[in-house]
Amino acid sequence: MSAWFGIEGVAHLAFWVVVGITLGGAGLAVFPRNILHNVVGLILALSGVAGIYLFLGSMFIALMQLLIYVGAICIAIIFAIMLSRPLHLEVPVRRLPKVVGGVGAALVFFLGLLGVIVKTCWQAAPERGTDWSIKTIGDLLLTRYDLAFEVISLVLLVAIIGAIVTAGFSRRLSS
Amino acid sequence: MTETVVAAAGSGWLRIIIGLIVVLLFSQLNALFLVWLERKVAGHIQLRPGPMEVGPHGILQTIADGIKLVGKELITPRSADRILFVIAPVLVFMPVLVAFLVLPFDQHLIIRDMNVGLLLIFAFSTFSVLAILLGGWASNNKYALLGAIRSVAQNVAYEIPLLLSVMSVVLMTHSFRFSEIVAAQHRFWFIFLQPVAGLIFFIAATAETNRAPFDIPEAESELIAGFHTEYSGMRFGLFFLAEYTNMFIVSAVAASLFFGGWQGPFGFSLGLPGLVWFLIKVYILLFVLMWFRWTFPRVRFDQLMNFSWKVMIPLSLANLLVTAVVVKLI
Repeated sequence: MSAWFGIEGVAHLAFWVVVGITLGGAGLAVFPRNILHNVVGLILALSGVAGIYLFLGSMFIALMQLLIYVGAICIAIIFAIMLSRPLHLEVPVRRLPKVVGGVGAALVFFLGLLGVIVKTCWQAAPERGTDWSIKTIGDLLLTRYDLAFEVISLVLLVAIIGAIVTAGFSRRLSS
Repeated sequence: MTETVVAAAGSGWLRIIIGLIVVLLFSQLNALFLVWLERKVAGHIQLRPGPMEVGPHGILQTIADGIKLVGKELITPRSADRILFVIAPVLVFMPVLVAFLVLPFDQHLIIRDMNVGLLLIFAFSTFSVLAILLGGWASNNKYALLGAIRSVAQNVAYEIPLLLSVMSVVLMTHSFRFSEIVAAQHRFWFIFLQPVAGLIFFIAATAETNRAPFDIPEAESELIAGFHTEYSGMRFGLFFLAEYTNMFIVSAVAASLFFGGWQGPFGFSLGLPGLVWFLIKVYILLFVLMWFRWTFPRVRFDQLMNFSWKVMIPLSLANLLVTAVVVKLI
């Protein structure tokens, strides 16, 4: 009982609030038919994930999560929505094959993640490094996490080329 | 159990609550003062006295306006998205409060001197863009929506040079911690070592706070009032309050990054305490922001975009590269 009072209790409560925000946001991101509500849900979910990073003791990753996912990606998504078809038009009905495909893709990804989670040998927070200086982060980014870093830039490159192709294609169609 | 509560109150909680009250009070008073100052500056630039009737030189005018705003009816348009419409003005104020956590008013006057303080401000400032966007969309009004879209395009464009210019300072100090960044400017302010970054930061910050000449999200002559067209009463007041507090935060960050924060020029403090130096710098920068607004005409949208993507971003990238090389060589 005493764990629910004082600083520790507040921390417990805050953890569950953050988890609730993440899951609730994820639900909002998937189920409503208004696409702007979906984005708001996505923002909530990603902010919740940032909160979880905070609980894991890495302020830096939490802030990067906010800066990149909420600040850049979600805003770019909203921007794309505002440039696309008007929202007051009737939304098309959800087709079953599409739903099945979506659920299937999510399931595959979830199982993959589950495999990684089960296989990873987790370390308790105090055993990990607490050094958050810029030098350490930079060193790690260009040595240990170099591959991930490069792969991410490759993904971004593909996305940019895809955007150019898509935009160029539709422009050629309209002209 | 009561002991734990008392201990908690004594250590952390009391400080947080007192800090919160001080920050809330300060942000309100500061906004009231800045609105008055803006009217005065505007008036004098246009060769008229500005507000004169309420209080000496109209100093109480904004308090009267604030009372009027609080008393006004809150109108929600019938076809608005009700939840988002109500959330937006609250959301716009949240990042403002968070930023005060890490602002270095003086050597010892920082609520939390975090090692990622600088990132904290920029990470949370995105929520105010989000609020503008949601408010503009939820209003279900074409002018509000246009204002919101413009605001996002502008913020996406100017966030990049803003962060890149900040990165050149971070490269020089190897730290995101405000106290270390300010302490590194003990002898030379970074505006002398990083004049390009300073200029880019200030221009981009003017755009990020939607101030003229970059105030196209609320361009009165084209969009009525832009994203807050449908807002009335204190909901409008919150947008207004957030804008002026954001101006203060941007100026405070600029003062800490480029103008030596709480320190006097070239290591001379001239007997003034750090807090006084800091506030002097911040309010001078705020005055310059107002000076901008009443001097420059509003830019056109394509000019705004071209200026960011074709001038500011390449320039800030080049500046970052040169800084990296120089820091490595020294």
